[in-house]
Amino acid sequence: MDAKTFWDVLKSRDLTFFAGVPDSTFQQAYRYMVEDPEIRYVPAVREDVALGLASAAYFAGKLGGVMMQNSGIGNIVNPLTSFSLMYKVPVLLVIGWRGYGGPPNDAPEHWIMGVKSPEIFDLLDIPYEVPEADQLADALDRLLAEIHKRSVPGALLIRPGVVD
Amino acid sequence: MIDRYKAIEKILAHVQPADLVLSTTGMISREVFSTSDRPGNFYMIGSMGLLSSFGLGLALMSPEQRVFVVEGDGSALMSLGTLPLIASEEPTNLVHFILDNESYESTGGQPTISSKVDLAEVAKSCGYRQVARVDDIEGLEGALVAIDGKAGPHLILVKAGIAPVEGIPRVTIPPTEIRDRFRSSVQQRD
Repeated sequence: MDAKTFWDVLKSRDLTFFAGVPDSTFQQAYRYMVEDPEIRYVPAVREDVALGLASAAYFAGKLGGVMMQNSGIGNIVNPLTSFSLMYKVPVLLVIGWRGYGGPPNDAPEHWIMGVKSPEIFDLLDIPYEVPEADQLADALDRLLAEIHKRSVPGALLIRPGVVD
Repeated sequence: MIDRYKAIEKILAHVQPADLVLSTTGMISREVFSTSDRPGNFYMIGSMGLLSSFGLGLALMSPEQRVFVVEGDGSALMSLGTLPLIASEEPTNLVHFILDNESYESTGGQPTISSKVDLAEVAKSCGYRQVARVDDIEGLEGALVAIDGKAGPHLILVKAGIAPVEGIPRVTIPPTEIRDRFRSSVQQRD
């Protein structure tokens, strides 16, 4: 899926406030985002900082988003449990799934988190979707419905090759 | 040195009705809660280190409101990377307080490294527009008065003493109620 199509899907659902840390899984989408005047993006220094920033959008009547790589999931476990889930503050996590499928895919530093990423969200009872390129809109709508129904964070796990 | 609860009383005395006040986990939220509870206060009772990025997000989303971020030196040190991020985003409406008692007082007074690192100098280097370092109540009053009419981001470092006050209650409002009434206090919704 090209970057413009990806962002058209997100923007049409009023998702325009993002913070994050880049990932090579969606390099073109990242470049598109920072150049699109309709998207406000804050280049956070860490994933937990991005979560704090993006969560503020909920208090202004919007849903904010975090762009990140799955290696940063560990950095957001504390704020997810003692902020997002405790106060019930929804946020969308858009996560590049490095190490998908486990070894020998990707580099060694991604092997363990590549396998464990969905298990961490299962453990925390945080909903997630793993979209195919031609079904992003459906997956996102299912996820947004769950996010709003339960007032919790939700994650889009983006495998390599799904978004440019 | 200023007693922390006196510093909090002084800061809260300068809060206007439309201002948002965010306080970090531990004794600071308990003292803000017991001194002046109001719907526009957000008590972040967990997630140490998250307060400043949440405050930055609010300052960007609601630029017409002043956002007071009140945290300790331990909390600021935990998320030190947020200082240059705040400076680079230039939210003119953000007022960042670090109540610096050089210790993790809420967990028993263990020392932090801020006795050796001047966090006001760190904020200056990062590029905060206004930086004040105060160590008495008159200095704090002067720094608070000086906020008016000047564009932020502001950093006010308050050198505070270790003066634990017995019997300060925990925040008794349920988290989702803190969320809902604070959300109602955030203006400028799209």
